Amino acid sequence: MASSWLPRWFYQLASPRWCYSITGKLIPWFAATGGLLFLVGLIWGLAFAPSDYQQGNSFRIIYLHVPTAILAQSFYMMMAIAGAIGLIWKMKVADMVAKSVAPLGAALAVLALATGAIWGKPTWGSWWVWDARLTSMLVLLFLYLGVMALNSAIESETTAAKSTAVLALVGLVNIPIIKYSVEWWNTLHQPATFKLTEKPAMPAEMWIPLLVMVIALYLLFGLAMMLRLRNEILRRERRAGWVKELLGS
Amino acid sequence: MSSTLQLFRQTFKRDLTLAFRRKSELVNPLIFFLIVASLFPIGVSPEPNFLSQLAPGLVWVAALLATLLSMETLFKSDYEDGSLEQLLLSPQPVFLVVLSKVLAHWLLSGLALTIVAPLLGVMLFLPSEGMPGLMLSLLLGTPTLSLIGAIGAALTVGLRRGGVLISLLVLPLYIPVLIFGSSAVQAAVTGLPLDGYLALLGAMLALALALAPIAAGAALRISVSG
Repeated sequence: MASSWLPRWFYQLASPRWCYSITGKLIPWFAATGGLLFLVGLIWGLAFAPSDYQQGNSFRIIYLHVPTAILAQSFYMMMAIAGAIGLIWKMKVADMVAKSVAPLGAALAVLALATGAIWGKPTWGSWWVWDARLTSMLVLLFLYLGVMALNSAIESETTAAKSTAVLALVGLVNIPIIKYSVEWWNTLHQPATFKLTEKPAMPAEMWIPLLVMVIALYLLFGLAMMLRLRNEILRRERRAGWVKELLGS
Repeated sequence: MSSTLQLFRQTFKRDLTLAFRRKSELVNPLIFFLIVASLFPIGVSPEPNFLSQLAPGLVWVAALLATLLSMETLFKSDYEDGSLEQLLLSPQPVFLVVLSKVLAHWLLSGLALTIVAPLLGVMLFLPSEGMPGLMLSLLLGTPTLSLIGAIGAALTVGLRRGGVLISLLVLPLYIPVLIFGSSAVQAAVTGLPLDGYLALLGAMLALALALAPIAAGAALRISVSG
């Protein structure tokens, strides 16, 4: 093979059958660790973490708000990267990944917006403000909805996958521009909780459960993604021998 | 090299000729622009002070919607009569075809909107200090809108009902241009320097000019082959 610098598993991923079996093996692990971490993080965050000196207990919604917001962004990244892989290597599984990620990402964006609204009411006194980060999350939701709308409007599956991949990539280029332009335009929101370059501004008793929640939601939404992916694989490969054998028909 | 330039020039000329043969379609976006702008005083308030505050944003939103409305036809007729396929089959790079079509389209939509915009400014009581800012920001911003819109038009060209879908795809991407465009007008009205906003609009135009034709070209190939 000409481009053998890529690891072997990358080529194996291209096989829907291999992907179906490996996700089948991963699912119990994701479910167990994700569920456990979710319970630990939630109980720790809601019951044991110290309350905020200004916001009291209302800040505790951060344990859902921040993880969903982080995931909504990184799922978009995942969708765009999967789309790019699908475009470049013509990999069917990558197209399926991109398609299964989109509705989950949209759901995460909705969750982030909803928890943000609930948090905003006691803190800022209103459900919604036209603040930069709220607006860019709303735009992210619109981008997800556009991708989903385009995918469902095109009948041919391969064309739909390629078109949505192009749109997702265009969106990916635009996300930083949108983010910085709205930030310049209007900002009221507190700065990001986690930054790669700095220590968080909150005490460890507060941010460690938050980190646990972020990891837990990654695992749980990864799990949801794999379940959707498996359905998609079965649906698209329904004429393949191994699927017929598997489903016993 | 010369044949590449020739393709660019021929496509450009052809698009302009075709556009001028359908004059009614040419003025439609402009009429739309005027009607949308006159809806706001009727729907919101005819109060001059109030309107002059809203004017920068209103003109920009109206320009954005008018551009979007005209975007759908960019590749449609070429797709329907098969000439788009022929253009894609030519050995020249696709992005040049897209670029020349967008340029022809912009001259008749974005540039025309820019020229008509002061009229809307007057209708909406935009202070006269804001007019240069309005025209300059539209001059730099509308090509970006056309370029981004071309991607949406290319993605939806094969669909029967592309109209609403294209706005769903493209409007979120228009937000940065809207922000800096209307801020430039606002700055001009209040007498603040607007070169920063114009520089940002120019930077976005440069980026869109470099990348959007490539994306639209890829999208066209996908749409036509599908």
